[in-house]
Amino acid sequence: MWRAEIKVLLKKSVLDPQGRAVENALASLGYANVNRVRIGKYLEVTIATPDRAAAEAQVREMCARLLTNPVIEDYTFTLVEVEA
Amino acid sequence: MKFGVIVFPGSNCDLDAYHLVRDVLGAPVEYIWHAERSVAGFDCLILPGGFSYGDYLRCGAIARFSPVMPAVVEFARRGGLVLGICNGFQILTEAGLLPGALYSNTSLQFRCRDTILRVENNDTPFTRGLPPGQLLSIPIAHGEGNYYVDPETLAQMEAKGQIVFRYADREGRITPDANPNGSVGNIAGVCNENRNVLGMMPHPERAGEALLGSTDGLLIFKSILEYWEGCR
Repeated sequence: MWRAEIKVLLKKSVLDPQGRAVENALASLGYANVNRVRIGKYLEVTIATPDRAAAEAQVREMCARLLTNPVIEDYTFTLVEVEA
Repeated sequence: MKFGVIVFPGSNCDLDAYHLVRDVLGAPVEYIWHAERSVAGFDCLILPGGFSYGDYLRCGAIARFSPVMPAVVEFARRGGLVLGICNGFQILTEAGLLPGALYSNTSLQFRCRDTILRVENNDTPFTRGLPPGQLLSIPIAHGEGNYYVDPETLAQMEAKGQIVFRYADREGRITPDANPNGSVGNIAGVCNENRNVLGMMPHPERAGEALLGSTDGLLIFKSILEYWEGCR
């Protein structure tokens, strides 16, 4: 069994209003060296399959169909083997 | 001509749309529950505003997989008229029936107020009764109405007349101040290439009676009806 740890972020070309607000808040706290904050989503999905390649393919399919919107979002993921 | 208002769990402008079509426009209308698998017998489908499936994950992301949606997609592909309002617009983009995506307003605030829309294309079934450049007063009520589309797609859409409404000021100028949510090019409504599917964030069904402060929204519904009668 695998646990997919999926990170979803708005594309770099898409303005992230939440990230911008937090960026300004950090600046007002005096963190002058912070130049960019991006806020996204973190998803954990466990998949019952012994095969790593199958799990990977399924995560990509699920991300394309539902978990992300490719028009505005990018994602990355890692697979961690877990006890069934 | 028969209208259908699709009701998703979490829709909350379904009654308003139904009321406007039946009592103000005077056309036959029925609700279509999201679990239906057919839209046979309908001529125009309305996907109403609200928070379908709680807007979990992304607005419209889960509603787009409702049992009724394959029939809606097929209906649209065959040229049927589809009007998505607010959450309905979000569902149509998620379903791939309209280009682009809608996400958080740049202000991060829920905006509920009147807006002025400039008609950019009056060669659609939804706007044919309106002179180009006409200004309409129609309210918005959304937190995630920021329309995004990549620059290349936007250029294609503009060339094909797919931008139907833009937020404008009282003089009809497209200014940053008139933009309530950060949408690219002040876009408030777009259609597909075939122009039979329209998505818009403002609520025309809330602007159909003088009692509500504006009757401009009714013009869109009248246009649909006139288009239909002209086709027969």
